[in-house]
Amino acid sequence: MTTAKKTKVRKFHQAKWDEPIIFELNTKGERGLLVPEVEQEIEDRVGDGVSALPSHMIRQEPPALPEISQMRVLKHYLRLSQHCLGADFNVDIGQGTCTIKYNPKINEVLASSPKVTELHPSQDDSTVQGALEIMYKIDTFLREISGLDYFSLQPGGGSAAILAMASIIQAYHEYRREAEQRDEIITTIFSHPSDAAAAAVKGYKIITLYQNEDGLPDMEALKAAVSERTAGLLITNPEDTGIFNPHIKEFNRIVHEAGGLCGYDQANANGILGMTRAKEADFDMCFFNLHKTFASPHGCGGPGLGALGATSALRDYLPVPLVDFDGSRYFLNYELPHTIGKVRGFQGVFPVMLRAYAWIMSLGAEGLKEVARVAVLNNNYILTKIKKLRGAEAPYATGRHRIEQVRYSWEKLYRETGVTTEDITLRLADFGFHLWSSHHPFVVPEPFTIEPTESYSKAELDEYFSGLEQVVEEAYSDPEKVKNAPYNSVVHRIDHSTLDDPEKWAITWRAYLKKHGEKS
Amino acid sequence: MSKKNFVHPYIPNSVPEVKTAMLQEIGISDIGELYADIPETLRFEGEMKLPEPIHSEYALKRHVEKILEKNRTCSENINFLGGGCWQHYVPAICDEINGRSEFLTAYAGEPYEDHGRFQSLFEYESLMGELLDMDVVNVPTYDWYQACSTAVRMSGRITGREEILIPDTISPDRLAMIKNYCHPVMRITMVSYDPETGLMDLNDFKAKISDHTAGVYFENPTYLGFIEEQGQAISDIVHAAGALSVVGVDPISLGLIRPPSQYGADIVCGDIQGLGMHLNYGGGHAGFIASRDEEKFVMEYPSRLFGITKTSVEGEYGFGDVAYDRTSFGVREKGKEFVGTHSALWGITAGVYLSLMGPQGMQELNQVILQKSQYAVQRLSEIPGIKVPRFKSVHFKEFVVDFNQTGLSVREINQTLRQHRIFGGKDLSHEFPDLGQCALYCVTEIHSQEDIDTMITALQKCLQKGKKKP
Repeated sequence: MTTAKKTKVRKFHQAKWDEPIIFELNTKGERGLLVPEVEQEIEDRVGDGVSALPSHMIRQEPPALPEISQMRVLKHYLRLSQHCLGADFNVDIGQGTCTIKYNPKINEVLASSPKVTELHPSQDDSTVQGALEIMYKIDTFLREISGLDYFSLQPGGGSAAILAMASIIQAYHEYRREAEQRDEIITTIFSHPSDAAAAAVKGYKIITLYQNEDGLPDMEALKAAVSERTAGLLITNPEDTGIFNPHIKEFNRIVHEAGGLCGYDQANANGILGMTRAKEADFDMCFFNLHKTFASPHGCGGPGLGALGATSALRDYLPVPLVDFDGSRYFLNYELPHTIGKVRGFQGVFPVMLRAYAWIMSLGAEGLKEVARVAVLNNNYILTKIKKLRGAEAPYATGRHRIEQVRYSWEKLYRETGVTTEDITLRLADFGFHLWSSHHPFVVPEPFTIEPTESYSKAELDEYFSGLEQVVEEAYSDPEKVKNAPYNSVVHRIDHSTLDDPEKWAITWRAYLKKHGEKS
Repeated sequence: MSKKNFVHPYIPNSVPEVKTAMLQEIGISDIGELYADIPETLRFEGEMKLPEPIHSEYALKRHVEKILEKNRTCSENINFLGGGCWQHYVPAICDEINGRSEFLTAYAGEPYEDHGRFQSLFEYESLMGELLDMDVVNVPTYDWYQACSTAVRMSGRITGREEILIPDTISPDRLAMIKNYCHPVMRITMVSYDPETGLMDLNDFKAKISDHTAGVYFENPTYLGFIEEQGQAISDIVHAAGALSVVGVDPISLGLIRPPSQYGADIVCGDIQGLGMHLNYGGGHAGFIASRDEEKFVMEYPSRLFGITKTSVEGEYGFGDVAYDRTSFGVREKGKEFVGTHSALWGITAGVYLSLMGPQGMQELNQVILQKSQYAVQRLSEIPGIKVPRFKSVHFKEFVVDFNQTGLSVREINQTLRQHRIFGGKDLSHEFPDLGQCALYCVTEIHSQEDIDTMITALQKCLQKGKKKP
């Protein structure tokens, strides 16, 4: 049953509690939680415990934490939670590059089992065979998905995986005594900022390729950038524009020929699962964000996991430990002769691994392919509609389809109305929607990036699009309305000017009180 | 089993009729056309060899639970493992809040529709600021390993120097991370320790400091559990050389123990896992970095820093990023190190924990921990063959137990203890070969007297049996 009527836009209003800062709830004497008492016999034997501390190591004044009773603490944070628009609540297709998809609740049930939460990472391998089995199996799954040979689940996120790739590249060249000569890493402007920044941590000079008129990284620029100083290439594909670089294998060949290694930033692989892999493009390493494509929740910004893959040739450089299997037992393997050491404590974020495992097991190979295909279908469906939207454009790749997301532009609308991409984002909050612009710098002017994923129904995509239509209509007929949004959100227009001024910025409440002189 | 037209609950538009309608609107007849830009040479024509999917939620649950059943947990066993991941009580409200969909599934929205995320993290920064007695605390990074590595690099940038001094008592794993993170931009010089007390050897320290030194990084309590009492002296020495004092601390110890800022620390870092996060097999970690509110420090943080500000309406609190263009989000490789998705949900949780505990709770908690761990040390010292604490210093919740006189290895002892459903302290014999057969035991508020007595009895039995061997 389809209808040609325009989809209704919600009369949404976010919860607005006008909730004070936690310190303002302070009521002297109130207790939120009582601590286990010490047994009398222990106290009889050792005394008050505190006397053992040297006096100069004892805190002179208790920490000035607020004193609040239990229900009031709960209430405060529950209200703050209502001031958050989680993916579970909205058609969250507006956070491009973030792959905001459904995080199945069964995975939360499984992750909260004591068989997950009450495991210490230093327990003997024999006592955590279940955890190690899950880790090992994810390794094998990701090998199939990428075509690469070994995976480490240690990195705590995509940026950490990039740091690991840069470290491996460096260790590889050091082993060949070429590290001093090879001090440059190449990346592209539409790859994630961390592809540049994490490599820079390792002392590399970063060469950034800009896009040609097709929106693809320029091949001639790559050829000019490559030399005997090249350590490697770190690149996303498709990039933030959603355009797939068909020359990626040639890119890698050029870098390999110069003696460099190639690392694939697959933080987001959602549009290409089962379609194309790191292996066929001749990448030496890749990583997947389990908190993106593999459906572990984003948690307001972590914890996540960047699963790092490498070919056999680079296995010995991976961070330790790997998870191995001898035919009957799973075990932690520290015997990697050239390991870069560690990029995180212990073995990685196990609850995230568990969720990814359950998600993959729910879908299987055909399911993963369907995820990718529908994500791409959804993206091109929205692209088709947005291309007809007044004031909106999809720069580059004119007339071509995209993969899983699109980098659009409101530049035309801005020139015609003075309404900016930020204004539109803030007005969309009035309908219960997010809309993200772009990484910096804004190569595409007045950018916005939409990535539908496979999780939202056609009706919901239509609903989001109706929101865009409404805001566009307002921009052209009543721009001031858009420029003064939001109206139905948690707060009104924020004054950002203090946040760059050392005299005025306040990163803690105590700093705020000191600088702005208000009584608590 | 793959059926054409199979509809999965996670993929609404896998309904064939819906697909058709969408394809029509796009103006194509098959999804394959959308992949036109991927050349044949890059197409994966094979099949991903993954297990058969488990479609029903019920069967999936049983499948995963069957695997998890093979795990033996720290609820089923009495656990004395620590070493940077600690078993503390997790208040019910901590799980309630970090299990809420609103927080769990939010990500990168604006400080309008995601105002709550900004406020809860600002409150976390603020609560930690009181615990640490410092005015700047970051939005969390991955864990302590990352936090101390960044703190070390910050000291290098602030001073313009390339060397960091670190005592030999540091966790070898943390050292491995710092090494990789510093190389090749900074170098590490190790400082020896007093074999009796474990405290930093200040003579060796003074001998090694130079005008190449950016700072010293030491931990308090140390990895081996004792309290480094010379904090002020260490800070004074390093400051005299124009360098910075960087201290790693377990924040749960700061109810009663003096925070590093009060003995000269310039940058403080550590892990908040003990503040409301479960063990999670090492998945409950988040790292903090703190400093004074001086521009030269603030501008070196790679992390996000949420600040409080006004809005267009009087009395409303707004939030946003402080000095955003300092970060890699702002300026890519010209930013400080990198920032990405780290451990925000755990930061929010730690804020909840500290709000619940309050100053009295944190003080009482520290006292109980000191009493229980001192009791454990006392009882252990009564067992023949055991020397404890190995270091003649004051300890907080962890201490080294020396088994060298028992004739048994820690490995053998822990194997026997497991039969008694006890996880013995962490085997240090590989990390610190000079200490021989030593183990790191951790005792917290979760250990009842009965738990400790059970461990003592089991150890006594184990060591008697050991002595009977020819």
